Amino acid sequence: MLQMKTHYPDATRVEPSHRHTLAIIVDNEPGVLARIAGLFSGRGYNIESLTVTETEHEAHISRITIVTTGTDSIIQQIKSQLERLVPVHRVVDLTLTGEAVERELCLVKVVGKGDHRVEAMRLASAFGARTLDATLTSFVYELTGTTDEVERFIKLMTAVGLVEVSRTGVAAMARGAEGMGGLSP
Amino acid sequence: MSETMTGAEMVIRALHDQGVEHIFGYPGGAVLPIYDAIFHQDKVQHILVRHEQGAVHAAEGYARSSGKPGVVLVTSGPGATNAITGLADAMMDSIPLVCITGQVPTHLIGSDAFQECDTVGITRHCTKHNYLVKSIEDLPRVLHEAFYVAQNGRPGPVVVDLPKDIQFKTGTYVRPLSNQHKTYRPTVKGDMDHIRAAIELMANAKRPVFYTGGGVINSGVHASTLLRELVHLTGFPITSTLMGLGAYPASDKQFLGMLGMHGTYEANLAMHECDVMINIGARFDDRITGRLDAFSPFSKRIHVDIDPSSINKTVKVDIPIVGDCAHVLEDMVRLWRQSAQQSDKVALQDWWGKIEGWRSRNCLGYRNSAETIKPQYALQRLYELTKDRETYISTEVGQHQMWAAQYFKFEEPNRWMTSGGHGTMGYGLPAAVGAQLAHPNALVIDIAGEASIQMMLQEMSTALQYNLPIKVFILNNEYMGMVRQWQELLHGGRYSQSYSESLPDFVKLAEAYGGVGIRCDKPGELDAKILEMINVNRPVIFDCLVDKQENCFPMIPSGKAHNEMLLNDYLGETGADISSVIDEKGKMLV
Ligand SMILES: Cc1ncc(C[n+]2csc(CCOP(=O)(O)OP(=O)(O)O)c2C)c(N)n1
Ligand SMILES: [Mg+2]
Repeated sequence: MLQMKTHYPDATRVEPSHRHTLAIIVDNEPGVLARIAGLFSGRGYNIESLTVTETEHEAHISRITIVTTGTDSIIQQIKSQLERLVPVHRVVDLTLTGEAVERELCLVKVVGKGDHRVEAMRLASAFGARTLDATLTSFVYELTGTTDEVERFIKLMTAVGLVEVSRTGVAAMARGAEGMGGLSP
Repeated sequence: MSETMTGAEMVIRALHDQGVEHIFGYPGGAVLPIYDAIFHQDKVQHILVRHEQGAVHAAEGYARSSGKPGVVLVTSGPGATNAITGLADAMMDSIPLVCITGQVPTHLIGSDAFQECDTVGITRHCTKHNYLVKSIEDLPRVLHEAFYVAQNGRPGPVVVDLPKDIQFKTGTYVRPLSNQHKTYRPTVKGDMDHIRAAIELMANAKRPVFYTGGGVINSGVHASTLLRELVHLTGFPITSTLMGLGAYPASDKQFLGMLGMHGTYEANLAMHECDVMINIGARFDDRITGRLDAFSPFSKRIHVDIDPSSINKTVKVDIPIVGDCAHVLEDMVRLWRQSAQQSDKVALQDWWGKIEGWRSRNCLGYRNSAETIKPQYALQRLYELTKDRETYISTEVGQHQMWAAQYFKFEEPNRWMTSGGHGTMGYGLPAAVGAQLAHPNALVIDIAGEASIQMMLQEMSTALQYNLPIKVFILNNEYMGMVRQWQELLHGGRYSQSYSESLPDFVKLAEAYGGVGIRCDKPGELDAKILEMINVNRPVIFDCLVDKQENCFPMIPSGKAHNEMLLNDYLGETGADISSVIDEKGKMLV
């Protein structure tokens, strides 16, 4: 008899995990988001970021952008499992189609006086953030950028009186002339 | 051609337009308008079950034995939640069902109204798709779409949740020209380049094996015919999963029997040693593969599946073919013939030689007894005495289920109904009710265990009400035998809660329901009593008292590979202690 060291379902190959951004085109019908979120939780996949809004009102079509991590085979499974859902039209792995443009928007509120206030203004202008609201003791800034940029901005602002953050999650699109379909040109 | 009618009438009308003849259901407040519509017509016959889970299993038995979708009607709240186990079962085994659930009126949804539950929320994970219909305008489309979704692509259960006010509302019913979903279009035709590559690989195979599953059955009788043709053309051996039994005739020489955890020695070793595996409509379930990293280590694999998510899910394949089994098989047969492909005759002869060696091990052999009925013997006799009839077999879950799969030889598709993926005790009796309804003149037998049968026993009453002469054949070993077997393997034979204490008198029980009870505890009387059972044209419970200690072999213990199978004379041969067969890590598995 062979000497066995491992047992399923323990993975025997250690595959590297990567971050992938998926664009999912769905019918905007009740429960569709629950279906997708439930698929991720039910099958033990991660959601790092999720963005959704109806993009074509006439046709009731929404675009969901999900950032997830997994090995190549897990990412392929996620894609196939998503495509199995009846209201899902298409799933595109933007990470595989080439470098996609990815942006997210964040709003931060900083409260402070004196040096902190001055430093907050300097950081905001260094990052190119817009000032949406100002009082004598506070600012609300808007920053649009990659997830990394937003993370860095928030980290720095923490040192100068950050009290609140609101982020949209990632919106993404493939580069180049080709559209993903759905919209008629 | 549009007509004005109420939502409740639309339900019945749509069912009729879909060709539905029978629905399985149970009434309640939230579906009363539909029951009233049922009262006013006689095109669709309603079968009153005794528990909503029974309704779903009956619909599954109906669907699996007839190839048509099964239809269920239940009320809101407890009606819907009672149906959940059945829906989950149908989801796992890809059975096409449409289940209509009543719901509280739309204006009360979300208010914790009486018998309100979030049916679409609860059933989201155990249905292929579900709908909450909030306007009468959507109802005709949704009803027809539900049938399309349930039957197309990988089949599955679809729930239509229908609030009571919508059932009362009047609207316009039009039968849609096509009931297709507006975007859901599963691929049915396989990629020709991949099919060509598959044929090429098969022609060059030295040690090939077909591994086929429930997908062939779901694809329709034609798929089974094509499978037989392809297997004969190639001369390759073939094995089948539990769900696929009957797609290929079990009596044929090329058939190696079922594979997997309780599969035959020859089937599992052929899987282990093969160089080309042709998976048609099976999904590499863990009951099949055993330990994944030791699964079929030398093979190149072809996988035909209608569900792309089944491909490369747990086992990597070399040639994936997404498509419906019948379509792909048709292309395979044509290509094989056109290109005048020849199998490697010499290699095949060697391969068959090896297989015959494994076969001669006679892994399903057992030591018979003149005093006690061996469960295997009981099933062999049941098979011999029923094989020349049109027989449909359902099962419960446990040892008896595996023995039935091993000892019954299914020659045709759709004759075998068992809960494979979900493993639901209680499935068999209602499934037999459904199958008997679809085939009124056939012999329908539920092969049961004394524990499982008590889970849906109330459906005896349904059988009586509709004069369905189903036979419940209980292999009564006074144990939850499969649990006991695992406790021997994993827990030092400590039979915690697995003894069937305080059993009812099954003969009296049958009589109490108005059926016939038969008991047998002597091997010598078995044939006569089985014949007596067959010849009664009424529901029968047959209490077959069998050896209490018998275990089900062969067995691949959890966490082991195909070539580490336990055979029934294992203990005798090696003197090993059964409790030491599975190691610590294997004990974690199910
Ligand atoms: C609803 C449900 N509960 C629990 C189980 C776990 N289980 C699997 S087999 C089994 C014992 C079945 O006993 P019996 O019906 O007597 O069949 P036997 O194994 O003795 O042939 C149990 C409890 C199950 N499969 N389904
Ligand atoms: Mg038992």
